[in-house]
Amino acid sequence: MDRFRERRRKKAADHYFDYSLLFIVLFLLGFGMIMIYSTSSYEASKDYGDAAYYLKKQAVATALGIAAMIFTANVPYHFWEKFAVPGYLVSAVLICLVLTPLGVKVKGARRWLDFGIGLRLQPAEIAKLCMILFLASMVCRMGKSIRSRKGFFSILLVPLPISIMIWKITDNLSSAIIVFGIAVLMLFVASPDYKKFFLMGIAGAGAAAGIVYIITRLASSDSLDFRGERILAWLDPEAYASGKGFQTLQALYAIGSGGIFGKGLGQSMQKLGFIPEAQNDMIFSIICEELGLFGAIAIILLFLLLIWRFMIVANNAPDLFGALLVVGVMGHIAIQVILNIAVVTNTIPNTGISLPFISYGGSSVMFLLIEIGLVLSVSHSIRFKEV
Amino acid sequence: MEKNKTFHRKKILVSFVIFLLSFTGLMMRLSYLMVNRSQYYAQQAKELHERERSIKAARGRILDRNGVVLADNKTVCTISVIHSQIRDKEAVIDMLCRELALDEEYVRKRVEKVSAIERIKSNVEKGTGDRIRDHNLPGVKVDEDFKRYYPYGELASKVLGFTGGDNQGIIGLEVTYDSILEGEPGTILTVTDARGIELDAAGESRIEPVDGRDLVISMDMNIQKYATQLAYQAMETKEADSVSIIVMDPRNGEILAMVNVPEFDLNEPFSLQGIETAGMTGQQRQDALNRMWRNGCINDTYEPGSTFKTVTAAAGLEAGVVHTSDTFHCPGYIMVEDRRIRCHKVGGHGSEDFIQATMNSCNPVFVTVGMRLGSDRYYEYFKKFGLLEKTGIDLPGEAATIMHKKENIGMVELATISFGQSFQITPIQLVTTAASFVNGGRRVTPHFALRASAQGKGVQKEFTYPVREDIVSLETSETMKMMLEQVVENGGGKNAIVEGYRVGGKTATSQTLPRGSGRYISSFLGFAPADDPQVMAVAIINNPQGVYYGGQIAAPVVRQLFENILPYLEGTADQK
Repeated sequence: MDRFRERRRKKAADHYFDYSLLFIVLFLLGFGMIMIYSTSSYEASKDYGDAAYYLKKQAVATALGIAAMIFTANVPYHFWEKFAVPGYLVSAVLICLVLTPLGVKVKGARRWLDFGIGLRLQPAEIAKLCMILFLASMVCRMGKSIRSRKGFFSILLVPLPISIMIWKITDNLSSAIIVFGIAVLMLFVASPDYKKFFLMGIAGAGAAAGIVYIITRLASSDSLDFRGERILAWLDPEAYASGKGFQTLQALYAIGSGGIFGKGLGQSMQKLGFIPEAQNDMIFSIICEELGLFGAIAIILLFLLLIWRFMIVANNAPDLFGALLVVGVMGHIAIQVILNIAVVTNTIPNTGISLPFISYGGSSVMFLLIEIGLVLSVSHSIRFKEV
Repeated sequence: MEKNKTFHRKKILVSFVIFLLSFTGLMMRLSYLMVNRSQYYAQQAKELHERERSIKAARGRILDRNGVVLADNKTVCTISVIHSQIRDKEAVIDMLCRELALDEEYVRKRVEKVSAIERIKSNVEKGTGDRIRDHNLPGVKVDEDFKRYYPYGELASKVLGFTGGDNQGIIGLEVTYDSILEGEPGTILTVTDARGIELDAAGESRIEPVDGRDLVISMDMNIQKYATQLAYQAMETKEADSVSIIVMDPRNGEILAMVNVPEFDLNEPFSLQGIETAGMTGQQRQDALNRMWRNGCINDTYEPGSTFKTVTAAAGLEAGVVHTSDTFHCPGYIMVEDRRIRCHKVGGHGSEDFIQATMNSCNPVFVTVGMRLGSDRYYEYFKKFGLLEKTGIDLPGEAATIMHKKENIGMVELATISFGQSFQITPIQLVTTAASFVNGGRRVTPHFALRASAQGKGVQKEFTYPVREDIVSLETSETMKMMLEQVVENGGGKNAIVEGYRVGGKTATSQTLPRGSGRYISSFLGFAPADDPQVMAVAIINNPQGVYYGGQIAAPVVRQLFENILPYLEGTADQK
């Protein structure tokens, strides 16, 4: 009996496990469900006669996700290495399946797959996970050749087909950007170079500025498409208050009326149908309205803490594969949080990005939890003597 | 397996720092939005969430000179259903059918309709509204509102007037004093969700309405009531089309009563009583309503006939072309140019002085006086007496005098004007002009409004009206009083004698145009006491059947009126 306990303690002492990371995630999940209930209950009781309609669906997805996370966390992460190439192919196939009768259109966008058993998946969410796995495995296999120009560009080219498919087939530019962003970040960490990235950053910013400039110049002519108008609405949401600027403006009303301390949990006015589907992408604006600047900054700090934990785990990972997996997850969550808050605060043009762990959305939370499971698995393999 | 190298760690740290900087930027952006721009966006959001609903102001009441309420407000309820709040649909339908005595089909259609708010019935008595509220069924809304209410129904309908759905006066004093009576509506600010559904929890903020001010008018409800009774009596016994009575204080122009029978019910101003409305077009219906609402004392003109001889007499006396002692001879007619104008007494009055001629209402004598004045001078007096202008009474739609142009007045026209024919004036014009002959020569402005006061705040506004002095000299005025008293004492106005009082007056019987139609207007103008007139009354009977002489049918109306109101006025004067 004593010996058994001794051994367990020894094992636990040998292997690190990042409890703070786990608790941050659990806290965010709990907080997210409170906010989903707060934002959706009024509309849900009007539309479905059940105030907890969205909360229940989210709770089921979260429970499934936590089970998947526990499973992944307990599987040594190298196990997944052999799934890198099949994963890449499967995500490509799933994206194409959206075009078949399995694809489901919700609010004009064909982004979901319905497998008939009440299970709806967004292939883009699977693609993000598979891309992290595939790139981590590819970088490790390439070894030193990544430092060559050819290696560098091949890493950059690999995610492009998936990105473009997500963009063009599922009409989901934001997920495409995230997939590509994850790849760039992983490449950045894997390559010792700085100059190329610096130049890429300058080129990207320049291109963005150029597009904005051209669109504003074209504004007088009527030849603008959907996204062009989005950019104009970004520059002056009040001029497009009844069209493309509507959602943004409503979010700004919510954020502004929150003030420093907020109206109090449950007291949002903007969630009463003014912000359509406030539990989705715009949930952060309701957090601002109800909990104020303090609540909003507390949530941002929690995400920052989470990313810091990712850094710690990545830096102490026993090998590059593990480190890159964690870096991929870190990139995914960090980019998505930054883009979401930037959209909600009208810092960048409006595009649909959910807030990880908090926004309503089953596929998103399930695959995020699997990613957390991966990170926990990496953290579990850290030996104390190496720290 | 490749190791995690130092440069990897450094790069991960750099990535973290980039994220940290991005997060810091976003926190700064949030601080800017939630601190610096907070007020702006909160205000915009507030405007988006709030709905404005106006609260009617209680309209000011109209009170008679003794404080009797003639126009009041009554609380009525509007019953509506809010679809989204209804829990037990059947109970709601059942209750509404029962309480409001409505068709089940009608109620069901409205209750089941998916809309923000659906009106079931308005103008529901407060008692019924309270009962419906007591049922306490969710989704049923009872809103209270004011409705104009006239406690005496028909009384002075054409004077008081009524209001429309937006609290605006439509005819009568309600129009003239709309700005005093209407008040300022308030607003209720309620908070609604994006579908426009009011949120109970959010509460409401109110801007209270300012109630309209009460209006005290010179009318005496008792006199008005009695005059109305007499007018109906005369109309029925004489089978007349209509009867008008005006009672005015000649000293200051305060109107004590103004009756136009048939009156209409002020609480049902849009129902055409006793008129077949089936098959009427909208325009015909509106015309019929307008006819029903007309105030004959003010909106219509007529040929005054012999009562107008007072004007000829006053002008003649003022100009000095006739004196009371002048003697005339009436052969029963007078030749004017080639026309023979007949006196109403076929055989003629023979020899008579001016006082007797007035008592006899002798046409040839008054034609003679008119001739002595000449058309220019007559026209000047016509103008000086104020007959060419409106009286300025505080009721809408006063009709103007219809008179020949000065250059068109030849001898024949002058002759007919002298005894009150060939031109038209309103009854109120006649009373106002006659008043100036017996009150010492002051042309007063006939009026109703005396004071306006906010409820419970005392008098806020006293109305004053212009008075024009020196219409006739005091001497002429004294002579006129004396002569007109003789008309009643010993002349054609005998039927107006009131025991114990000195009454003056003048009768009139005029044929309406076209001549020979057999339609007459009988009238009598009287005042009392004759030496110091405090009340003047005119009774006009339109198209009486049978006997149509003013002295025989209109004078008794004024007599009965005076018999009652003279002691009454003494009583109220004593009280004061």
